[in-house]
Amino acid sequence: MTVKSTARARKKASPGVPDSLATGKDAPAELVQLLTPEGERVEHPDYPLTVTPEELRSLYRDLVLVRRFDAEATALQRQGELGLWASLLGQEAAQVGSGRAMREKDYAFPTYREHGVAWCRGVDPLNLLGMFRGVNHGGWDPNEKNFHLYTIVIGSQTLHATGYAMGITKDGADDAVIAYFGDGASSQGDVNEAFTFASVYNAPVVFFCQNNQWAISEPTTTQTRIPLYRRASGFGFPGVRVDGNDVLACLAVTRWALDRARSGSGPVLIEAFTYRMGAHTTSDDPTRYRANEETEAWKAKDPISRLKAHLEREQLADEEFFAAVEAESETLGLRVREGVRSMPDPDATLIFDHVYAEPHALVAEERAEYVAYAESFEGGE
Amino acid sequence: MSKLTMSKAINEGLRACLETDPKTLIMGEDVGKLGGVFRVTDGLQKDFGEDRVIDTPLAESGIVGTAIGLALRGYRPIVEIQFDGFVYPAFDQIVTQLAKMHARALGHVKMPVTIRIPYAGGIGAVEHHSESHEAYFAHTAGLRVVTPSNPDDAYWMLRQSVESDDPVIFLEPKARYWDKAEISSAPELDLHAAKVVRPGTDLTLLAYGPMVKVCLEAAQAAEQDGHRVEVVDLRSLSPVDFATLEASVKRTGRAVVVHEAPVFMGMGAELAARLTERCFYHLEAPVLRVGGYHAPYPPSRVEEQYLPDLDRVLDAVDRALAF
Ligand SMILES: Cc1ncc(C[n+]2csc(CCOP(=O)(O)OP(=O)(O)O)c2C)c(N)n1
Ligand SMILES: [Mg+2]
Repeated sequence: MTVKSTARARKKASPGVPDSLATGKDAPAELVQLLTPEGERVEHPDYPLTVTPEELRSLYRDLVLVRRFDAEATALQRQGELGLWASLLGQEAAQVGSGRAMREKDYAFPTYREHGVAWCRGVDPLNLLGMFRGVNHGGWDPNEKNFHLYTIVIGSQTLHATGYAMGITKDGADDAVIAYFGDGASSQGDVNEAFTFASVYNAPVVFFCQNNQWAISEPTTTQTRIPLYRRASGFGFPGVRVDGNDVLACLAVTRWALDRARSGSGPVLIEAFTYRMGAHTTSDDPTRYRANEETEAWKAKDPISRLKAHLEREQLADEEFFAAVEAESETLGLRVREGVRSMPDPDATLIFDHVYAEPHALVAEERAEYVAYAESFEGGE
Repeated sequence: MSKLTMSKAINEGLRACLETDPKTLIMGEDVGKLGGVFRVTDGLQKDFGEDRVIDTPLAESGIVGTAIGLALRGYRPIVEIQFDGFVYPAFDQIVTQLAKMHARALGHVKMPVTIRIPYAGGIGAVEHHSESHEAYFAHTAGLRVVTPSNPDDAYWMLRQSVESDDPVIFLEPKARYWDKAEISSAPELDLHAAKVVRPGTDLTLLAYGPMVKVCLEAAQAAEQDGHRVEVVDLRSLSPVDFATLEASVKRTGRAVVVHEAPVFMGMGAELAARLTERCFYHLEAPVLRVGGYHAPYPPSRVEEQYLPDLDRVLDAVDRALAF
């Protein structure tokens, strides 16, 4: 007997909100935008932004270099130099806009895809590659650039960000924190608990959700029946949906949210509406679950070409500038390639090196056993 | 059936469950169109529909918690956790609710929930994708814990797990997903029976899941040194088939337990203690253990040094034989 379905003949649960609203297709009015896909500067009454031509060029440079670094890492994975890579392709503006909104003493808590934020924080891109190459599980000192380690377990870091922000309040400081997470992560208990804690303790944390429309193969509609930014109201703080492919809008809204947080007004949820242009990771095959037309449609909203169009139409940058950025990206590419290839494998004793901050008898014993065992092979193989 | 990989064997096992029992459901992240990150559920949503092969929101506690509710309503959920390291958000539901529900209701409710977890290492993955956490589950009364080492067991043990009226933690050794073998037409053994997979007279290697293959290779290598090593595949970690283990160890007089999980407080500790109690006068050497260290699973570039391999197993065999 083959049973195809046990569902009774009744209509599927009514969503309450049309899918198109959850995905945002019918909601342009809700979307904060300062730069149209054509590169035209528009104003938003709530989020005014003054940027100098110099700043615009600098943002452009960030976007290009971040994309170049990411492309280089993808290529290095294909060549076997990395075990895995999670590309940020398409999300550069969300990351650079929010990253550049931060002050030096602010703190970022990333997922595993925030290479653009890391760039803005001044983390050496090579540091990001260690865990993807398999030489460490993170490796950098988070306190050096106030950029926490990448977190793979979905949503966990949002609670750490909230706790860190609670500490800022206790210290009477005016720093602020950004917690990055994805549309998929919005379903996790940890994320919802972070919302609760942040709200109850009025913590200076900005929840920055990059809704890139996909959680591996699951569309955002698998996670939510309302636009994600509206979740905030149930927790008692504001939510804003911003065009995640508009670096200026991301900058303006995040700056506003961080300032609001540091002035004691508590958390904000920002939903950066964007798109994951590539595969989830280099292990993924998106042709199994999404249509090429969708990806093609998002190409027209590319974050870099719109800023470039703006710079060109306003004559804020010349050929020489674009060529210089291009040259700089070549240099970065070369540095990344060479850096990764010469990254040494760790000594196996790394296994035992940092398990505890203080001596631990069992670890010490097993380390000694391991070393003796390994030495018994030396020269013998 | 022709030769199948372990992942395909489990896929076929799931298909058979969905075909034979209309109350079975598959729930998990990316189990639908994608067919799971290891393609274990490939094609099942297409053939059985979105009502029975369910892409859930990204929330493991939610997945297991709602599976418990579905079980209360008469369904038989088969849950997929995407990777070992991501079961922890669901740990509370598994340990405090799923495992105890039957006992708390004095037997009035049953919890036929199967939780499939790709586990253990050796595939060069990033953090949280290589964990061996079987001891946590085996330590929890109310859960049955099993792990196949080959495609045939994977197929039949999955079917038996789904048929069980108790919650079963079904651990799939992901490094063995691509191993191929023939699937027999009927299950040879009870779900919780251990199996002597290679007979020997001098020493018993006790292993399960990913380490059975390593132990079989070690036994073969030991033969070249004139040692006849028996290999027992535990298959079930709760309950353990101690009768089969005891008979083997009484015959050989020596035992070495091998697992990827850390040795300290691991399955090997329990096996060594029980076998010592049961076989004390037959033992020529203490029961030795080979396994992971008391350290987080390391970055992939040094995982080879962390995982028990042929040499480390043979080293323990030599030490046991030298007593
Ligand atoms: C707790 C947990 N469950 C499952 C996974 C496996 N996993 C890795 S990424 C991912 C999807 C995440 O989607 P989203 O939050 O939208 O972030 P994105 O990858 O799109 O940036 C899943 C399910 C995980 N890392 N952690
Ligand atoms: Mg996403």
